[in-house]
Amino acid sequence: MATKQATRGKTVYKPFSMSSKEYKAFLKNREPPRAVLANCAKAFLAGGVLCLIGEAITQFFVAVFRMTPEQASNPTVAMLILLSVILTCLGVYDRIAQWAGAGTAVPVTGFANSMCSAAIEHRSEGLVLGVGGSMFKLAGSVIVFGVVAAFFVGIVHWLFGWGS
Amino acid sequence: MKRGKRSWMFPSPPVIRAAGTVVGPDEGAGPLAADFDLVHPTLDLGQPSWEKAERLLLEQAADIALSKAGLKKDKLQFFVGGDLTNQIISSTFAARTIGVPYLGVFGACSTAMESLALASLMVASGAAELVAAGTCSHNCTAEKQFRYPTEYGSQKPPTAQYTVTGAGVALIGAGGEGPAVTAATIGRIVDLGVKDPFNMGGAMAPAAVDTIQAHFEDTGRQPEDYDLIATGDLAAVGHPIAAELLRRSGIPIDNTRFVDCGLMIYDTSKQKVQAGGSGCGCSAVVTYGHLLKKMAQGELRRVLVVATGALLSPLSYQQGESIPCVAHAVSIEARP
Amino acid sequence: MQYVWAFLIGGGICVVGQLLFDVARLTPAHTMALLVVIGAVLGGFGLYDPLVEFAGAGASVPITSFGNALVHGALTELERDGWIGVITGIFEVTSAGISAAIIFSFLAALIAKPKG
Repeated sequence: MATKQATRGKTVYKPFSMSSKEYKAFLKNREPPRAVLANCAKAFLAGGVLCLIGEAITQFFVAVFRMTPEQASNPTVAMLILLSVILTCLGVYDRIAQWAGAGTAVPVTGFANSMCSAAIEHRSEGLVLGVGGSMFKLAGSVIVFGVVAAFFVGIVHWLFGWGS
Repeated sequence: MKRGKRSWMFPSPPVIRAAGTVVGPDEGAGPLAADFDLVHPTLDLGQPSWEKAERLLLEQAADIALSKAGLKKDKLQFFVGGDLTNQIISSTFAARTIGVPYLGVFGACSTAMESLALASLMVASGAAELVAAGTCSHNCTAEKQFRYPTEYGSQKPPTAQYTVTGAGVALIGAGGEGPAVTAATIGRIVDLGVKDPFNMGGAMAPAAVDTIQAHFEDTGRQPEDYDLIATGDLAAVGHPIAAELLRRSGIPIDNTRFVDCGLMIYDTSKQKVQAGGSGCGCSAVVTYGHLLKKMAQGELRRVLVVATGALLSPLSYQQGESIPCVAHAVSIEARP
Repeated sequence: MQYVWAFLIGGGICVVGQLLFDVARLTPAHTMALLVVIGAVLGGFGLYDPLVEFAGAGASVPITSFGNALVHGALTELERDGWIGVITGIFEVTSAGISAAIIFSFLAALIAKPKG
């Protein structure tokens, strides 16, 4: 690109011209770095604690309701979802998540938070179009990709005659 | 009036008769809180939706400006306004309430200076005697529309910016008391291929540099002719980049105070705003609240406000497009 | 002892997610979709169930287990009903989670307002 000199009074300056590639490299060097290690440590801690809570709930259902661990996983997930919904409604989930990052996003609580936050946010657009229509705005891709992946895995199993 | 490639210099400069600024709680907790006319303690302003709250900000700012100028609504001839919402509904519904002939503009976060430049042009060219230029933004409507539902737990990176909840309206008249708008430079779209909507400052910096250069080239002015040059919302990432690019191209930007509204409106060390403030309201409330106050107190005589806007849409980003940006500059001078 | 592994494995899967956020620069939606697919693929190879037995909630709470559960549903029905089972069975196991999320989110929308 041209770098013609423009003279105005005493000061001479070069009109700003940088190619997209040059600028993106320039920008990359000047971006505040993400605190990857610190974020991973926080995510590890938060995610670990959430799974601990999940484990405690599972053991509770096994002990009190005489369920097997597999049977207990359903109510465990439901309880964690309820916890996530309550924290979202109280307006604290997003603050915890800013600290915890993937630690709150990866567990099923993140899934529930994505649905709950969308539902309460779009309440202003009505129950049908707002709450109903927008609830899956963020969670939709998880469900779609999970289902499609399960379908292909299932088809592969069928084609190769593997057992389940 | 036209100077150089894309600037206007007004021989009989239009006057900012009065301005009103209304902000939310986060801005009220910031360093400039005392300079705003009205600070709301809650984000929802007692309204049933974020969108209704945003338009109330703008309506209140307009009312305050009119009462400060001692004028009634019916004296207002035109209203030039815009905001970040889809179809700029906040400005439209506010214009409905104000009841004035309305020109809606979209400049994203550059709207404050875009509307000020246009309003000044209308008055300076004799096309109007009293025009209101206003804009607003709201943190929650911006998050809901451009990013995620407000209660969604996504982790914002350090380059992200915090949309200002605020509205600023200025009344520009053909004469009277107040600081004058002496020149304006209109920006062109600058897009260097940045695609990250969480680094707006980085995307917009080149547009600011482009407009600032054009301003000096067209008007023949130099940085030291201004007591202060403020960019709209480049914030902690974009502002140093703009300064460096200006120095690299030979513009002695260090001969004046080069600041950024997004860095002034919040205390980035104490408030959780990542890189700093953004949004249409950012440059509007800082200019019409803080800068005009400093000029009235005699601390600033001539300032250049360069508001920057990132003109992406949620759809364009999803379709893999980069972020086209623009910057509009307006020079405001205290009357002796 | 199960608690220790639940903590470590659960935390570890979250670290994978955090690396996808910070290093690969993926959005949360992309990250979750990827993790769910990984869970489905591991489940298809029979590798996820041993992890659940070993780590308990550390493997069943992260979103990866959702992919595993979807695959379980598909494969169980496949064995019972043939190829059509791949489609009919997918939501069998996960229906509790999805239903709970929908119902609680809906109720939440009736009583709670976003706080910003």
